[in-house]
Amino acid sequence: MSDHRVIPEPPKTVLHMKVNGVRIEEAIRPHKTLLEVLREDLLLTGTKHGCELGECGTCAVLVDGEPVLSCLVLGVACQGKSVETVEGMANGPELHPLQEAFAELGAAQCGYCTPGFLLTAKELLDRDPDPSRETMIAALAGNLCRCTGYLKIYEAIELAAARMRGVK
Amino acid sequence: MSAKRSQNDGGASSRGSHRAGEPTRVVGKPLRKVDATDKVTGKTLFADDLVRPRMLYCKLLRSHLPHATIKNIDLGPALAMEGVVAGLTGAEMPIQFGILPVSQDEHALALDKARFIGDPIAAICAEDEETAEAAIHAIKVELEPLPTITGIEDGIKIDEPRIHDYGTRGNVHKVVNLQFGDVEAGFAEADHVRDDVIFFEGNTHLPMEQHASLAEWSADRKLTLWSSTQTPHYVHRALAKVLEMPAARVRVIACPNGGGFGGKSDPFNHEIVVAKFAMMTGRPVKVTLTREEVFYCHRGRHPVLMRIKTGVKKDGAITGMHFQSALDGGAYGSYGVASTFYTGALQTVTYKIPRYHFQGIRLFTNKAPCGPKRGHGTPQPRHALEVQLDKIAEDLKMDPAEIRLKHLTPPDSVTANYLKIGSMGLGECIRKVVAGSDWKNKHRKLPYGRGVGIACSSYLSGAGLPIYWNHMPHSGVQLKLDRSGGVAVFCGSTDIGQGSDSVLAYVVAEVLGIDPFDIRVVTADTDLTPVDLGSYSSRVTLMTGNAALQAAERARELVAKAVAEKLEAKVNDIVFADGRVFRASNPDEGYSFAKAVQYAEAKFGTIGTVGSYTPPRSPGRFKGAGVGPSPAYSYSAAVVELDVDPDTGAPQVHKIWIGHDIGKSINPLLVEGQVEGSVYMGLGEAIMEEMVYRENRNMVHKIPSMLEYKSPTTFEMCDVETYLIEDPDPNGPFGAKEAGQGPLLPIMPAVANAVYDAVGVRIDEIPVTAEKIRRAMRDKERGREGRFGPTKFPDVDWGDPLVVPPPWEGGDGKPLEEEALKK
Repeated sequence: MSDHRVIPEPPKTVLHMKVNGVRIEEAIRPHKTLLEVLREDLLLTGTKHGCELGECGTCAVLVDGEPVLSCLVLGVACQGKSVETVEGMANGPELHPLQEAFAELGAAQCGYCTPGFLLTAKELLDRDPDPSRETMIAALAGNLCRCTGYLKIYEAIELAAARMRGVK
Repeated sequence: MSAKRSQNDGGASSRGSHRAGEPTRVVGKPLRKVDATDKVTGKTLFADDLVRPRMLYCKLLRSHLPHATIKNIDLGPALAMEGVVAGLTGAEMPIQFGILPVSQDEHALALDKARFIGDPIAAICAEDEETAEAAIHAIKVELEPLPTITGIEDGIKIDEPRIHDYGTRGNVHKVVNLQFGDVEAGFAEADHVRDDVIFFEGNTHLPMEQHASLAEWSADRKLTLWSSTQTPHYVHRALAKVLEMPAARVRVIACPNGGGFGGKSDPFNHEIVVAKFAMMTGRPVKVTLTREEVFYCHRGRHPVLMRIKTGVKKDGAITGMHFQSALDGGAYGSYGVASTFYTGALQTVTYKIPRYHFQGIRLFTNKAPCGPKRGHGTPQPRHALEVQLDKIAEDLKMDPAEIRLKHLTPPDSVTANYLKIGSMGLGECIRKVVAGSDWKNKHRKLPYGRGVGIACSSYLSGAGLPIYWNHMPHSGVQLKLDRSGGVAVFCGSTDIGQGSDSVLAYVVAEVLGIDPFDIRVVTADTDLTPVDLGSYSSRVTLMTGNAALQAAERARELVAKAVAEKLEAKVNDIVFADGRVFRASNPDEGYSFAKAVQYAEAKFGTIGTVGSYTPPRSPGRFKGAGVGPSPAYSYSAAVVELDVDPDTGAPQVHKIWIGHDIGKSINPLLVEGQVEGSVYMGLGEAIMEEMVYRENRNMVHKIPSMLEYKSPTTFEMCDVETYLIEDPDPNGPFGAKEAGQGPLLPIMPAVANAVYDAVGVRIDEIPVTAEKIRRAMRDKERGREGRFGPTKFPDVDWGDPLVVPPPWEGGDGKPLEEEALKK
């Protein structure tokens, strides 16, 4: 086994960003990923992880509105940015239409990949309020789900999209 | 037809007053899950989401050699590092454990040798995860390599060195040889006999959540373990055993699982190690496996080489079947003995097989241990059987759907291997998918490159016997009703995403006439909840459902008596519905549910009831008869339509039609979700998923990452049309059977059969990849068979068979004595 030296701890960096609309100021270790900052420093454990290598999409969050794999982005790279996690999707006690539809149609089985899907889907609906199945399939191709076979997820997104467009 | 059927005898199974077919208010409705809101808001706490004050982090050092003697482990350099709190080697936890009583072959940390790459051999806990990670690399380990057993052939041929010092012989873990009737006589009277060798490569569960555990030790000498486990009861037993603690002082809480699929059903090294660390340090200790480590934990689908020889009459009636299977077990026992039996158990429950001979062998090899993955030991033989049936239909010039429909195992019958069949809706499943897919206009009629295939399957709704021998219930439920009208259900069952918490709430709500979302569900906590054996073998809806039904009906009876007294009515005139308890003949006369509970509490004292469930006794009385029996069998049929690219061989599945005989849907939305999820996972197994090793690179795992382990994304997943067949089974709560595993099974053979329909080549090996299809196409272009797959089954010393005459040959489920055999 090779020798492993512990590299001296670098000083913490103060990270300023907006998380779910709230300004935060947090001293973080500079090598921490956004995923680790969210989960470990801010205790926002709604964001999950399945590989920590950017392979599964489970840890997806929105950074300035764009879906990002939080396990591949350093916390310090989000300096001054706005991050949205699953905890910020609901409007007060009112669930986001996507959350409501996912719950209603059984799109969350074990629920572990769900936050990543919700945020990826939210970004999709932000730019395309009436996506076709093909558009949806392309937008969600980076998110793995082992429970649902994706079908109930598509249905939930379609239901939410219809409701958001005001279709009864 | 179900009304005529009598309930299987024996056991404490109870269905009380709720008979199949009665109108329901909650059961059968597409309600959301009781935990759905938590799951869509990120509030559900999975094991790795838990944080405790002063928590330490644990990392395991895993063997980098596939088979090696551990000469020395020096934790010194690691323990000297700043931030490292404690270290462990196997010597501190020498007691062996394992899921099956017959395979107690694991150590919390390898004691004397490492048996596969990834076998844990030492552990460190530290103030933070990075320090723990750095420290395990500082551990000095001396490993002396041993010759490696790489697979089935090796395991059969190479006796020394033995991976384990137990088992049948050499590296043979288990041999099974069961004979039900004279199969050779069956072949003699057949018009046609087929003999096929088929291989099913191993694959893994790949749950999205990496396993995690958190242990806490209190000063009053009590241990608590939170873990991502499907089987808290078995983890509880393993912890008490290895840590030599009274079980009463050990508490195991199964967190909601981020997917299980069988991969979190064994007690694991890391669970015991963090518990030991918590005891040593007095501080909470957490471990979260990396994705790579999840591949090493494995316990997934066994690679199985199979030989299937079947005799048929001209009309396709089976006269006899001889099935042989060889399982590559990996480095430990896990569920493997059961898996071995399962590769031979369920062949008989779909089509009539009058004579049946099963021989199975499991080998120890230097790979991550195999165990139960969705379908546990049955998808591989089911695949072989359904592919061979497709070939037989072709040989006999019969339609593959017709040949199946003609020879179904009848309902309410006993099979050659003594499995008791109750309801049997496979015929209707076949008819639905045949009609829905327009099968008759497609099979052998589509243009070259496009094809359809059909296959069927069956699965257990829970195993008839527990994993360790005992006479206690398999599932227990406690119910508490209080004067506020609040109802709490307590059950040891574990929600792994399938909705078992919701099933408890739905069943209780149905019986008590209340809103399921008003019910508090407390599950999977060995301190607070009565034992349920766990979320495996598709047992939960049937078993906890029946236990909950019994508890709820007992509570209902108490409340009904009290209300009847107040209303001066007859007890059987009292109705529970819409949050009220009232007189059937005059619904205005009655009380709110809360008021009704108050009257009951005044009359009887605190209202609490219990319910339990034990499966009925099965008719088999031979060694091995414990694997296969179930209170009820689900059935599925699937048609797959796909394209094969003639140039590359790449398969693209367009649509799958699946019919599933669910008995009765407690919640059709969740059943559909289970069916679709099974189809998805089956599709992955069919065309891409494989757990493979580099034999020429020291048995290094080829693909221990989610990128390299190919699983279907949205691009590969196809459209699915689901048909739920409801033929209530008398043993299921409200008639319900399983949905979580059975619908996976027909997908792989239906895909292989569709590939043949598309391009005329037989791929007798799973997964059916573009490369294999292309090679078989080339084989065909050169005028050969047009087949890809194994050609021979190895020679095995099976020993003498256990001979059990089938029921129609006067058998009583017992094996023949040796004297009788000599005659």
